[in-house]
Amino acid sequence: MDKKGRFGEYGGQYIPETLMSAVVEFESAYERYGQDADFKRELSELLQKYAGRPSLLYYAENMTNQLGGAKIYLKREDLNHTGSHKINNVLGQALLAKRMGKTRIIAETGAGQHGVAAATAATLLGMECEIFMGAEDAERQALNVFRMELLGAKVNRVTSGTQVLKDAVNETMREWTSRMADTHYALGSCMGPHPFPMIVRDFQKIIGEEIRAQMLEQEGRLPDMVVACVGGGSNAIGAFYDFIGDEGVELVGCEAAGLGVDTPQNAATIANGSVGVFHGMKSYFCQDEYGQIAPVYSISAGLDYPGIGPEHARLADSGRAKYVPVTDGEAVQAFEFLSRAEGIIPAIESAHAVAYVMREAPKMAGKIIVVNLSGRGDKDVASIARMKGVDVDE
Amino acid sequence: MNRIEGAFKGGKKVLITFVTGGDPSIEATERIIRALEESGAGLIEIGIPFSDPIAEGTVIQAADMRALAAGCTVDKLFDMVSRIRESVKIPLVFMTYLNPIFTYGKEKFLSNSKKCGIDGIIVPDMPFEEKGELGELCKSSGISLISMIAPTSDAKRVAAISREAEGFLYCVSSLGVTGMRGEIKTNVGELVAQAKKSADIPCAIGFGISNAAQAKEMSRLADGVIIGSAIVDLIAKNRGREEEAVREFVSGIAREL
Repeated sequence: MDKKGRFGEYGGQYIPETLMSAVVEFESAYERYGQDADFKRELSELLQKYAGRPSLLYYAENMTNQLGGAKIYLKREDLNHTGSHKINNVLGQALLAKRMGKTRIIAETGAGQHGVAAATAATLLGMECEIFMGAEDAERQALNVFRMELLGAKVNRVTSGTQVLKDAVNETMREWTSRMADTHYALGSCMGPHPFPMIVRDFQKIIGEEIRAQMLEQEGRLPDMVVACVGGGSNAIGAFYDFIGDEGVELVGCEAAGLGVDTPQNAATIANGSVGVFHGMKSYFCQDEYGQIAPVYSISAGLDYPGIGPEHARLADSGRAKYVPVTDGEAVQAFEFLSRAEGIIPAIESAHAVAYVMREAPKMAGKIIVVNLSGRGDKDVASIARMKGVDVDE
Repeated sequence: MNRIEGAFKGGKKVLITFVTGGDPSIEATERIIRALEESGAGLIEIGIPFSDPIAEGTVIQAADMRALAAGCTVDKLFDMVSRIRESVKIPLVFMTYLNPIFTYGKEKFLSNSKKCGIDGIIVPDMPFEEKGELGELCKSSGISLISMIAPTSDAKRVAAISREAEGFLYCVSSLGVTGMRGEIKTNVGELVAQAKKSADIPCAIGFGISNAAQAKEMSRLADGVIIGSAIVDLIAKNRGREEEAVREFVSGIAREL
């Protein structure tokens, strides 16, 4: 990070005055507790004994053999408690919120993964929890809605705007504006106003740190490429961050191209977006010539977001990381491929990263690729079945 | 003396009214603005609709969606303001989010605003920390950059914001987004007093004021009151007779101040 809260020109704190005190309070809590030995020990214990860290780095031999090129490893964030990388961030933020004297957590969710993780962390730490989810996403991910309710959270279906992830973020910000004394907004990705992009990245960077240690242990060297899917970008920044200084490690983020980057139905922010200011940050956004945020689309509710975290915007500009579009069709194919090849059903979000590897691995003999498998696909099974015309009774 | 200073001159209480530009149409907004001036508004805020207005409650959110669906753009609003400027004498300010300004081009936006007769801008998602985005450009374009303070702003922030304030200071009455409230419980009078300690700047209270009694009560605490959602709601509920509805409501409030 360069000047306070900035990644190059990106980042910042573009929020209403009413909310400034809350983000300043959050930042000072992080300054106070982030390096505190007690806090770090408590978080590390939760990550190990509750969330199941470190997650495995699995050599996908069948996948490697079938693609016939690079050696492929999967970073198994899908094996974390609650089934995705989201738990890393919420445990950190909920512990901080508790230290700040907050008794209530609010959060947005797209696919429901972050909502489930937030509800889990809140219930574990004895806090109240309210989740905001686009009505359309709640429909697509009905199972996760029930899961959150089962965990004791209240789920609010957001019917404003386009009724997906960006609208859920809007509504959670509005809720926070009206109630912040007892409430912390646990943002789910490396986006939003400073200090969220920095703090979420710090709680997720454990992914890349583990990949490094596990890779050195298993292969005695660093990987040639680390691949992750990107919506807001938290699993990707978590996987990339520790490798930014290692020029030999190529970093690739896979954006949701929906029906194709040339169609209006996509969410490929780096491919199609332009610089703007929204959701508290300066970054790239899909928008029209008048700065109206575009109604984006992806089969994956978790990648269906018109922006990207500010640190990714800088990595894209500098060329240190590369961002590539992956379509719905490619992601579904990868979803089925990994299920058959390895007996691992990936989240449709993570399948976007798998799809890119299917495209590139055959050209990369002798190289090593690590794919961050950010979540498990149980939540997507019903909608994939529906898409294929299979009648399943959920 | 610019038009905003003129409006607050002599200590009279200023009734500030808000209308979403282009809701339900550019032509209707044009007629509504004239009606507002004739009914006693001392300053008018014209909202430039944005797809994702995070500081707005449901009433103004819906108005933004209607205006965008009806094809409102910032260029059409510039044209509209040019037309009404020939007769409308009171100050006009734009209220919008930073992205429409940023994407249009900050310099071009401000110079076009000045050209068509806009006096100031309010950008609710640009707090003190990010004022650098527009601060200097506003100064060189002769547009007042209107700042906001809120019940959550501590004394240090209130002082810093007030000292640099231009035009008037927008004092947010209570937590939450825009919208009509039954009562306003926070001690907004104290917030105004704090600001006045740091700077000689007119203060107007907004967010939640929806009737004459509230307006009267708030006007005792400040130099002006801002009414937004209540007017936008009337416009939505009185299709075809927007001006009459607005005239009746606004003149009733103006009489009380």
